Amino acid sequence: MNLKEFLAERFQSKDKGKDKTENESQKNVFLFEKVFQKGLGLTGIILIIVLLSIFITLLISSTPSIKHLGIKFLYGKAWNPVTDEYGALPFLIGTLLTSLLALIISTPFALSTAIFLGEYYPEGIVSNIFKNIIELLASIPSVVYGFWGMVILVPIIRNLELKLHVLPYGVGILTSSIILAIMIIPYSVSLSRQVISMVPPTLKEGAYSLGATRFEVIKRIIIPHTRSGLFAAILLALGRALGETMAVTMLIGNSHYLPTSIFSPSNTMASVIANEFTEATGNVYLSVLIEMGLLLFVVTTLINISGRQIIKRYILH
Amino acid sequence: MENSILNVNHLNAYFGETKILSDINLEIPKNQIVAFMGPSGCGKTTFLRCINRLHELTPGARTEGEIYFFNDDIYKLNLILLRRKIGMVFQRPNPFPTMSIFENVISGYTLNGIKLSKQEKEEIAEDSLRKADLWKEVKDTLHKKGTFLSGGQQQRLCIARSLSMKPNILLFDEPTSSLDPISSNKIEQLLLELKADVTIIIVTHNLQQAARTSDFTAFFYLGELVEFNKTQVLFSNPAKKQTEDYISGRFG
Amino acid sequence: MDKLIRLRFYKDWLFKGGIILMTVLSTVPLLLILFYIVKQGISSINWDFFINLPKPVGEKGGGIINGLIGTGILVLVASVIAIPFGAIVGLYLSEYSRDKLSYWVGLCVDVLQGIPSIVLGIIIYLWVVKPTGHFSALSGSIALAIMMLPPIIKSTEETLKLIPGTIKEASLALGVPYYKTILRIILPMGFSGILSGSILSISRVAGETAPLLFTAFGNPFINTNILKPMSSLPLLIFNYAGSAYEDWHKLAWGASFVLIMMILFLNIVTKILERKWKIQF
Repeated sequence: MNLKEFLAERFQSKDKGKDKTENESQKNVFLFEKVFQKGLGLTGIILIIVLLSIFITLLISSTPSIKHLGIKFLYGKAWNPVTDEYGALPFLIGTLLTSLLALIISTPFALSTAIFLGEYYPEGIVSNIFKNIIELLASIPSVVYGFWGMVILVPIIRNLELKLHVLPYGVGILTSSIILAIMIIPYSVSLSRQVISMVPPTLKEGAYSLGATRFEVIKRIIIPHTRSGLFAAILLALGRALGETMAVTMLIGNSHYLPTSIFSPSNTMASVIANEFTEATGNVYLSVLIEMGLLLFVVTTLINISGRQIIKRYILH
Repeated sequence: MENSILNVNHLNAYFGETKILSDINLEIPKNQIVAFMGPSGCGKTTFLRCINRLHELTPGARTEGEIYFFNDDIYKLNLILLRRKIGMVFQRPNPFPTMSIFENVISGYTLNGIKLSKQEKEEIAEDSLRKADLWKEVKDTLHKKGTFLSGGQQQRLCIARSLSMKPNILLFDEPTSSLDPISSNKIEQLLLELKADVTIIIVTHNLQQAARTSDFTAFFYLGELVEFNKTQVLFSNPAKKQTEDYISGRFG
Repeated sequence: MDKLIRLRFYKDWLFKGGIILMTVLSTVPLLLILFYIVKQGISSINWDFFINLPKPVGEKGGGIINGLIGTGILVLVASVIAIPFGAIVGLYLSEYSRDKLSYWVGLCVDVLQGIPSIVLGIIIYLWVVKPTGHFSALSGSIALAIMMLPPIIKSTEETLKLIPGTIKEASLALGVPYYKTILRIILPMGFSGILSGSILSISRVAGETAPLLFTAFGNPFINTNILKPMSSLPLLIFNYAGSAYEDWHKLAWGASFVLIMMILFLNIVTKILERKWKIQF
C-alpha cells in the first residue's frame, strides 16, 4: 500500500465509532491543537528562563563579594581567606597560562590530524580508525585523565625538573597544561576537520590543473580558505580548556601564590572553586568563589558565542 | 595524422570496477578546436580529465592505454609540467576567492613558487587578460577580488589564468553551461581567436555550439568513441547511425 | 626548472610524512592511557570489588558498590528529567525553525553546552542544596540533567529535520490534526535519533565529577534515597586517587576501568543504534 493508504488506516481505525457530534469533536481538537502548539513553544521559553536564571543567580550571589572587594578581586595578589584577603590574580594568571599553553601544545597536533582526516584520508578504513581513536579521547572522563596524569606524567615531569635543576614538584602548570592539551585535541580536530573537508573540490582542482602539488594546494588554497573556520575551532577549544576542572585540579599543585614559571604549582579559577567551595566559611568567602564562577561563565559564554558566530558566517560565505 | 598534438591509444578508464571509457583511439590535431559531444554519462568529461591526469584525483580511478602529448607518454611525464602545458577551464568559474583579479591571473606562477619580477608579472597579466578579452573591463580594478565579476567575466578570468601558463592545449569542460547566451557567445568568439596559439578541446552538451565553433568533432556514447571527423562532415554526413540519431535529436 | 620541481615534490612528500607522524603521535596518549587503565584496573577486579563497600586502609576486599549504585541512580534520575524535556525542545526547534523565538532557544542551547560543569555545580548548590539544607542525589541529578539537555536537544532536532516535509503534508492533507501528526507519525520516525542522543548524553554525564562535588557530595555507604548524599564512580576515583594509600589507589584504578568500560559500551551501543535504526525515507 502507498503512504496515503497507510496513513488513512492508522487514523481511521482509532476514530471509528466515536459518538460525539461533529461540531463538538472539531472544537475539542481545535483547542487541543492550540494548546499543543503553544506547549511546544513554552518548553523553549522554559529553557531560556533557566539560562537567564543561572546568570542572575551568579550575579546576585556575587554581590557580597563585589561590594566587599570591588576591582581588587582582579588584581589582588594575595589569597588568604583567614585574613580576609581575596586577591584572585594568581588564579586568573594560572587559568590563562594553563589554557594558552595547552592551546600552544595541542594546536600543531590537532591541525595536523584535521588535515590528515579532512584532506588526505577523508574516508576508508584508515580514516575510521583514527576518527574513532580521536573520539575515544573525548570520552575519557576528566577525573581519569587526572588520575593517570598523577601516576604517569608527574614522575616524568619531576625527573625533567631534577635535570633542569628546578624544584621537583612534579605537579604544576606544565603538567596540567600537557593533560589539558591532550583533552582538547578531539574538540579542535572535529571542527577543523569538517571545515577542511568542506573546501569546494572545484577550487582545489583549479589549483591542481595549474600544476600545484598537494602540499601547495593545502598551503595556498585550503588553509587560507578555511582560516576563519580554523580560528573558530581553536577558540572553541580554548573555551573548553578554560572550564576544565578535575584533571587540572589534580595536577596543578594547588598553590595560592603567583606562578613564577611553567614549573610552578598554581591554581586555576575552576580548581580553586573545586577545592575550597565546600570548606568556605563565611558569606564573603563563598561569594568570592561564586564570583569566580561568574567570571568563568561570562568568559566561556562569550568565547562560545563568538566561535559559533564565526562558523555560521564562514558556512554562509 | 600529421600535426597531431595528442595521440590516444586504446584508452580505458575505470572508477573502481566500473568501466567508463572503452578503447578510445584518437588523434587531436594542432591549433584546431575539437569538440567532444555526446549525451550525459557518455564519458566525455572523464576523457577530458584523463588528458591532464585530473582523473587520478578521484580515489579508485585508474586508466589503461596510452596518451601521447607530442611524442611523450603523459604517464611518464612530470605531472606538474604536464599540467602547465595542458590547462583546464571548468564548468563553473572557479577563481580563487581569497585573491584579487591580478593575483588570480598569475596564480599559476605564484602557486608553483616561480619568482617573477613585478614587471614580468604585470606583463604576463596584461597579456593573458588581453588574450581572454577581459583586459579592457578590468584594467582599472585589477586589485579587487575576483568574485565581484559577473559569471561570464569570471569565466574569462579563469581562461586568462590558464593562458598565463602559455599552454599548448586548453581543455574546456562545458565552459558556457552556467552562463547566459551573451556571455556564452563572447566565449565562443574567444575560442575562435585563441586557436591560433592554443589547441582547444571543448566538451559540450550543446550540439549547436559544437557545430558553430569547432573544426573537428568527436561523438561519444556509453564510453565509446563512435565517430570522429571534421565538424562539417560529421554534421552533414555522419558515417554512423548513432551519430545521426543524436544529431537529429532522436535521443540525448 | 627541473631542480625546482624536484624540490617541490620533495617538500610535498616531506609534508605528508610530517602530517602522518603528528597524527599518529596524537593518538599515542589515548593508547597509553587505555593500556595503563586496563593493566592496573584488571588486577583490582574481583567479585569482592563489585559487591563490597570501600574498606578502611589496610583491610582487604574493599569494593566500589556505593559508587556503582550511586552512578546508576544519579544517571537514571537525570535521564528521567532530561530526556522528555530535551526531546520536546528538540521537537520545537525542528518544527518552528523559522520563528524568532526559535533562534534564541537555539542560542540558549549552545550557551548551555559551553557552561563549565563546575559552574553548574555552584548553581544547583545555590538552588537546591542551600534551601534544603543538605546535599542530595536529587540535586546532583538535576545538575547532570542540565548537562544532558544540549546533546539530546540537538540530536532530536537534527533527526526530525531530516524527515521530508512531504510526509507531514500527506498526513495533514488527510485531515489528521497537527498534534496527532507529530505524536503518531513524526516522533516515532525520529525515535532512533532521540534514543542515540540520549545514550550519548548518558555516556558523557556518567563520568562527570565537578557538578557532583557540592551537590551529591559523595557517600561512603550504599544509599538509595535520592534526598540524601550519594556516591558515584567518578567521585570515588577523585577521592581515592588523591589519597596516599596504595590500597585506595588500586580501588581507583578498578573504578576507572569499570567506568571506561561502561562509557565505551554506551558509545558502541549508540553507533550500532544509529546504523540499525536509521529509517530510510
